[in-house]
Amino acid sequence: MTSILEFDEDVEMFRSVVSRFNAEVVAPQVEKMDEEEHIDPSIISALFETGLMAVETPEEYGGAGASFTAAVAIVEELAKCDPSVSVLNDVHNTLVNTCVRKWGSDYIKETYLPQLSTDKLGAFALSEPSAGSDAFALRTRARKMSDGDFVIEGGKMWITNGAEAEIFVVFANAEPEKGYRGITAFVVEKSWGVKVVKKEKKLGIRASSTAVLAFDEVRVPKQNVLGIYGQGYKIAIECLNEGRIGIAAQMTGLAQGAFDRAVSYVFNDRQQFGKYVGEFQGMQFQIAQIASEIEAARLLLYNAARIKEAGGEFVKEAAMAKLIGSQVAEKTASKAVEWMGGVGFTRDETVEKFYRDAKIGAIYEGTSNIQLQTIARLIQKQYTLR
Amino acid sequence: MPPRLNIVVPVKRVIDFAIKPRINASKNAIETNGVKFSLNPFCEIAVEEAVRLRESSKDLVESITLVSAGSAKAQDTLRSGLALGADKATLIEIPAIDDSKSLELEPLAVAKLLKAFVKKSNANLVIMGKQAIDDDSNQTGQMLAGLLNWSQATNASKVTVDEASGVVTVSREVDGGTETLSAPLPLVITTDLRLNTPRYTKLQDIMKAKKKKTEKVSPEDLGVDISSRLEILSLSEPPKRTGGGKVDSVDALIGKLKELGAI
Repeated sequence: MTSILEFDEDVEMFRSVVSRFNAEVVAPQVEKMDEEEHIDPSIISALFETGLMAVETPEEYGGAGASFTAAVAIVEELAKCDPSVSVLNDVHNTLVNTCVRKWGSDYIKETYLPQLSTDKLGAFALSEPSAGSDAFALRTRARKMSDGDFVIEGGKMWITNGAEAEIFVVFANAEPEKGYRGITAFVVEKSWGVKVVKKEKKLGIRASSTAVLAFDEVRVPKQNVLGIYGQGYKIAIECLNEGRIGIAAQMTGLAQGAFDRAVSYVFNDRQQFGKYVGEFQGMQFQIAQIASEIEAARLLLYNAARIKEAGGEFVKEAAMAKLIGSQVAEKTASKAVEWMGGVGFTRDETVEKFYRDAKIGAIYEGTSNIQLQTIARLIQKQYTLR
Repeated sequence: MPPRLNIVVPVKRVIDFAIKPRINASKNAIETNGVKFSLNPFCEIAVEEAVRLRESSKDLVESITLVSAGSAKAQDTLRSGLALGADKATLIEIPAIDDSKSLELEPLAVAKLLKAFVKKSNANLVIMGKQAIDDDSNQTGQMLAGLLNWSQATNASKVTVDEASGVVTVSREVDGGTETLSAPLPLVITTDLRLNTPRYTKLQDIMKAKKKKTEKVSPEDLGVDISSRLEILSLSEPPKRTGGGKVDSVDALIGKLKELGAI
């Protein structure tokens, strides 16, 4: 076997497509979108046209039918240019498409996968004002009507893609007296009455929308129950376990993007005391340290992806990849700003944005504390003899 | 009714355009170890043009066949072209190519291989890159037209086909303007940079390209001798630029220029 970072030809070809996509479609808009805190709709439609929004979706539903590793590699590659575009893609592919593909009935798959492959953006609506890390404390209710349909009532918060999405995977409790066993997942169309109440103003990934949603008596047909009634908690856990690998990919790509920009600058642009600043040993050792940490983050990432793809138990590895990925991203972006000095601190340069964007990695799809808890729980289980 | 177009598009696997080429340790070739390769950009334009011809009119194009002469790795290059919309591909496998050898296939050898392939595949139109970005020879298309005794239109910036007559009109950018040629089939066209901008390959098409037919042949199958006639004695980097000096005023600049005998 060779390196875990050696990819099959599909993945390499996809990376080339994304690399050109980044340079021609995304890069010219990154600064503007960050300032305006809004993703340009042309980028979303270009992502769809290029097939980047249906990576794992089977061909018969309009997707590429490619691997999980391919989906993750695309998230990584997009993040090198803009972590906001990357997370939009990540949530759509690794959470929404995956939930629908894995748990949806034939009706749901036939109805929604082609739309999610063509032009309708998806969002994953789990978190609520009082249900973040404790996701199953959710208060959104699904009331069963006499004809079997449901009426959803409640609110969601921190919903990535919330402002632009047209298809939502929504978690609501249909039988609160049963506790988390009442939680059920639904596929809900925006046109049925999902309201975007607020778009958050954020520190980073500002072009990616984070929305507060209101469900005011939203009627959902019974055939839109996703998976088994009362097993929404299971769907949420499984999707998020997998989703963590996506965020690890976003963070690894972010780190690489910041590193590429800053290292190119110190070796080619900035001279002091008669030589390029990258030639000073003080700089070289820092660069070597960060390069090694990015490599470590990437190895954790693709190790988790490989185990997941082979059908193995990957929860610990995914949590580790996300934990370390977010730490490395933050550290790398911080160093990149320092390496570029005053220029790096200005908004004319992308590293300042990478630094702001990195912070979310320790928060969403399970905070770093939740990752640590997950890892610790599995270690305890492994070592406890009784 | 003129015959429908059977288009052959020869393509080449080259070092990616974004890579800075470096000379190998033995100073006789460009270092290829661990370097990213891609479909030659001019070849990509050629494939795109063939696909656009097909899209321009329902019955105009019968087939688009890719062909590449190179190592087994050129399969990736063929797949890129198939993903853009070609129907099938043939690899003329050249097993002898290795990194220590000073020269890969020479343009004449490639032209002979292509001649044999074009004859065999009953093509009536060849669209190919005007040059490959690795050796920039800009010879193969012209040699191929000569060997086939076909018309040629090089450095095309616009191609139109009159369906009724089968006459092809090609614009080419020349010094001081645009030259327009027209020729009946069969014809060899070589593509310039401004002919088109290749589309983004969709992920779905990359996956579908796997299922398209790809065959392998050897130079012997085609009855072509590909032995080298040229030998590269050495390669060297361009001389490094030495830093200039700074002057404080226009007078000092004029003084310097005079001192150097430039004015």
